[in-house]
Amino acid sequence: MPTVGVKRDLLFKALGRTYTDEEFDELCFEFGLELDEITSEKEIISREQGDSKASGASDIILYKIDVPANRYDLLCLEGLVRGLKVFKNKLEAPRYRRVSPANGEPQRLIITKETAAVRPYAVAAVLRNITFTQERYDSFIELQEKLHQNICRKRSLVAIGTHDLDTISGPFTYTAKPPGDICFKPLNQTKEYTATQLMSLYKTDSHLRHYLHIIEDKPAYPVIYDSNGVVLSMPPIINGDHSKIALKTKNVFIECTATDLTKAKTVLDMMVTMFSEYCFFSALITWFKLSSEFINRKVGINESTEKIAQLLTRMCLLSQVTGVGDEIEVEIPPTRSDVIHACDIMEDAAMAYGFNNIPRTTPRTYTVANQFPLNKLTELLRQDLAAAGFTEALNFALCSQEDIADKLGKKIADTRAVHISNPKTAEFQVARTTLLPGLLKTVAANRKMPLPLKLFEISDVVLKDETKDVGARNSRRFCAVYYNKSPGFEVIHGLLDRTMQLLEVKSARGTGYHIQAADDSTFFPGRCAEIFVSGKSVGRLGVLHPDVINRFELTMPCSALEMDLEPFL
Amino acid sequence: MADTGVVETLLQRIEKVDDGVDSLEVASSLGVDHQVIVGAVKSLQALGDVISAELRSSKRWELTEEGTEIAEQGSHEARVFSSIPLEGLGQSELMKLSFGKIGFSKAMSNKWIRVDKAHEGGPRIFRTVEKIEDQVREKLLLVKKGDMTQLEEKEKNELKKRKLLSEVTVKSYWISKGNSFSTTVTKQEAELTPEMIANGSWKEKKFKPYNFEALGVAPDCGHLHPLMKVRTQFRQIFLEMGFTEMPTNNFIESSFWNFDSLFQPQQHPARDQHDTFFLSDPALAHEFPQDYLERVKKVHSEGGFGSQGYKYDWKIEEAQKNILRTHTTAVSARMLYKLAQQKFTPVKYFSIDRVFRNETLDATHLAEFHQIEGVVADYGLTLGDLMGILHQFFTKLGLKKWVEVGNSGVFRPEMLLPMGLPEDVSVIAWGLSLERPTMIKYGINNIRELVGHKVNLQMVYDSPICRLES
Repeated sequence: MPTVGVKRDLLFKALGRTYTDEEFDELCFEFGLELDEITSEKEIISREQGDSKASGASDIILYKIDVPANRYDLLCLEGLVRGLKVFKNKLEAPRYRRVSPANGEPQRLIITKETAAVRPYAVAAVLRNITFTQERYDSFIELQEKLHQNICRKRSLVAIGTHDLDTISGPFTYTAKPPGDICFKPLNQTKEYTATQLMSLYKTDSHLRHYLHIIEDKPAYPVIYDSNGVVLSMPPIINGDHSKIALKTKNVFIECTATDLTKAKTVLDMMVTMFSEYCFFSALITWFKLSSEFINRKVGINESTEKIAQLLTRMCLLSQVTGVGDEIEVEIPPTRSDVIHACDIMEDAAMAYGFNNIPRTTPRTYTVANQFPLNKLTELLRQDLAAAGFTEALNFALCSQEDIADKLGKKIADTRAVHISNPKTAEFQVARTTLLPGLLKTVAANRKMPLPLKLFEISDVVLKDETKDVGARNSRRFCAVYYNKSPGFEVIHGLLDRTMQLLEVKSARGTGYHIQAADDSTFFPGRCAEIFVSGKSVGRLGVLHPDVINRFELTMPCSALEMDLEPFL
Repeated sequence: MADTGVVETLLQRIEKVDDGVDSLEVASSLGVDHQVIVGAVKSLQALGDVISAELRSSKRWELTEEGTEIAEQGSHEARVFSSIPLEGLGQSELMKLSFGKIGFSKAMSNKWIRVDKAHEGGPRIFRTVEKIEDQVREKLLLVKKGDMTQLEEKEKNELKKRKLLSEVTVKSYWISKGNSFSTTVTKQEAELTPEMIANGSWKEKKFKPYNFEALGVAPDCGHLHPLMKVRTQFRQIFLEMGFTEMPTNNFIESSFWNFDSLFQPQQHPARDQHDTFFLSDPALAHEFPQDYLERVKKVHSEGGFGSQGYKYDWKIEEAQKNILRTHTTAVSARMLYKLAQQKFTPVKYFSIDRVFRNETLDATHLAEFHQIEGVVADYGLTLGDLMGILHQFFTKLGLKKWVEVGNSGVFRPEMLLPMGLPEDVSVIAWGLSLERPTMIKYGINNIRELVGHKVNLQMVYDSPICRLES
C-alpha cells in the first residue's frame, strides 16, 4: 500500500472544513483509506537522523495516509480532496474532456521504429493555462515521484517527463540512438554531456543510479527531440535542462514513455486529471452498464436503482438510471483505471453504502469438516511427544547451505535442496532438507537453560522431486534431540520405541520396525543406526559427531533422531 | 533435636515463672553457652505452640581481649611499676617484657617512675612513689561484673579509645509459655511411612506441620510451543464451523498458481525480487493444465468474463518461475480449480501454514510466517455473508478488534470463471497471520523470541494453555 503524506492544514483548507484527528480517521475508514500516522517533518527527521538534525525542520502537521495500491487517483492532495469531497456530496463527480488549443492544432509526438528494441511506447498530453503555486508545484512533482515508485515500477514500465511547452516547439520526435550520438545539457547541469558520459556521471548519483540498468546495456537509448533538435528528455533517466518547468510555467508538455502501453495511458491520464482543476486537459472516458439487481445481489442489500446510482456517483463514478429495466449506466473517469469489471463498481457501491451498514447474514452452506490426514497425525503425535517429556521447537524452513550441509558433514550436492536465487542474506539460501540444524541452533541459543535439553519438532522439509509439477515437494519429518553431559543414546532410542508404540508399529524385523548400524558423517562412528519399518528405511538416530557439535557451537554430547512421518499415514 | 536435657530443664524453668525467662540469663545460670539455649528454643518452636519466644536485642559493654587481660593481671603501667625492684631496672631489660613499651610511657606520664639516663651500664628506671592505685583495672573489673552505673560516660569512652571496651548488640529470646505448653515433649514425625500405615502407629504420632508458603517441585515434563498451541485452537475453530482442511504441504509454488491464477498482473509489485523468494533450482515449473492456462492468459491480456483485463503481454516465462509461496491462497486456487473440474458442490476450506516474503526484517516481521485462511464457495454468497461469517469467526476468537489484523474479500470473477466454476458461484475468503494473535495472546513483543531458533525456551516452558475466547 502506498502512503501519501499531506499537510493537514492544506488538506482541511481544500476540503473546506477542519476535522479532529479521530473524525478524519473515521472519514478515511469509511472511504477505504487508513490514516496511518500523524507526524511532522521535524518528527520524521528526528526519528530517522536524531534530534540535532531536526532542529531546523518544519513542524507543520503531516497526515500519512495509506492508499489502496491500485487507486493512483488518490496519490496526491488534489486527488484525495476530490475523492473525499465527492464522497461527502460536497462536489459533483468531475467530468473530464479534451480541449483543443486556441489555434485548433493539437501537438504531435512522432514515434520512430528504433524505439521498438528499447522502449516501444509513448503517449503525451498538454496541460494548458495552468497556474502553479509553490504548493501545487510541489504536489505536481511529488505525484510524478509517487507514480514512478508505484505503477511505473521504478520507471521500468513507465517514465514521466514534464516540460515547459513555451520553451520548445512541436512536432516532437520519440526515437532511439546510440548513446554516443545523444548529446545535451541535462537537468540542473551546466554543460553538455553525451549519453555515455551521463551514464558514468550518474553512477554515483544516489537517486538516478537506480534507473540506469533499465537501458544501460541497450545498443540505442530512447530520446525525445523537438522540431529544432532540442533534447526534451532521455527516458527513463533524465530530462533536458532546456525545457525544465518552473513556478511560472503556463503550459506543461507531459510525455510518458513505456514498455507497457496500458500503464502509460493510465499514468498520463493521472498526471493530467489530477491537475485539471488548475487548467484544461484531455482524457478518455469508458462506460459500463449494469443492473441494480446485480449490485443488490452481490452486496446483500435491497436498494432502489436510483439509490444505487446515487451511491456510485458519490464514489466519482457518475451514474444514471437508463430507464431500461433496472439498468444503470456508469461513467468511468480516466482517474479510475482500477475499474475493469462490474464487480469493481459493486465494491464501490458497497463502500458508499458503508460496510458496517450491510446486514450480516450467515451463509447456508452445509458442509462436513475433514482434517488433512497428515496434519491430524501431526497434531496427535505432538501431544504425546510432549507428554514423553520433550519440548516442542519451531524453526525456520529457510536456512543457509552451511546449516544443512557443511555443518552436518555433508555435501550440498547430496542434499536434494531447493535453492533460492535472490536471498538478501545467507540465512535464506535454501529450504531446509532436515530439521536437525534448527533444533541444534535452538539448543545453542538456550545453553543457559538447565540440562538436559530435550527438544522435538514435527514440520516439513523441502526436497527436489522431478515427478511434481514444480519439481519439488514437502516431506513431513519428526526430529528430536537429547543434549546432556552424557550422550543419552538410550533416551533417544527410548523415544523411538515410544513413538513406534504410539504409531502402533511393533518391534520386529520385516513386519515391524528395527534399527541397524549405519554409517553417517553426521554421527559419531559406530553410534548411528538406521530405522527400518517393514523393511524400508524411514530415518536415522545416533550420537552426533563431535565435529557437528562444535560447528553448532555446542559443548556437550548430544543424541538425535530424525524420521519421515508420511509412511505412517 | 537439641540436647533433651537442656530442653527439659528450660521447660521446667518456664513452668516455674509467671511471665517468662530470658535466654541469656538461663544460659549463664546453667553455665552453658547461649547458643545451646537458642538451639533448644528453635527445636521447641518446631513442635508447634509449646512455647512462645520473642526475639529481643540489647546493647551491652564488653571487655575486649586486651581488656580481659588487664582485668585479670592489671594495667600495663601497673605491671611495669610492680616489675621494678627498689634498686631499679635497666631500661633495656624492661623493654623486653610484653607490656614494657606501653606500660613504660603510661607509668612515666603518671609520674610513677623515672629514668636515670646517666646511670653507668645504660639508662636505668626507678620507682618514684611507694604505692600506686590501678584505676584502669578497677574500672574494667566493674564492667566485667556488669556494674556499669559507676562509670561515667567520659571514662567509658576513654576505655573504648584504648580498645579495652567495646559496645556489642546482644540478641536473646524472651521465652514464655505457649498455648499448648507442656514440660514433656514428644518427637514429631516428618512423613507418613508405609510402616506407620501397616502397624497403625500413625494414630499415636504427631507430625511436623508442612510449610504451605513454599512452592512445590516442578514436574518433569515436555511442553508444546505457544504458536502451535494457538494453531491448534484456530484449527479447532475452523473444524467447529465445518471447514475442511486444505493440503498446504507444498512450500514451493509456481508463479502461475501463486499469482497468475489469482488475477495478479505480472508487473505487480508483490512479484518483485524485493518481495518474493524466487528459486534458482528448480527454477521453473513444467506442468500446467493447458486449457486453463490459456484462459488465464486471455483474461490477463485481453479480458473476458465481463472484464476488460489488464491489457498487457502475458508471458508464460513469468508464470513458470518457481517461488516460495507468498500466501496459502495459492493452495486455495488449486483447490478451487480442482473443485471446478467436478460437478460443483458448496465447500468450506481452511488452512494454517507457512508462507514466505523476501521482506526487510524487524521486531514484528520475519521472512516466513504462518497464514490462517478461510474460504467459502457457494451459490449466491453476498458481502453480507462475508461480514456475517467474519463476525462468527472473530466472535469465537473472543476479541472483535482482531478483525484489524486480517484481510478479507470476495474472489474476482477473472479468477473464478477461467477455472470453470459456475457463473453464479461466489467465493468469499479471509486471512490473517498466526503470529500476530499469538504475540498478543502471550504478550510477546519481539517475534524472534517466539519463532525460530532464538526462541526463549523458558517462555515455552512457562506458557499457559491457550483458550482464545478468554
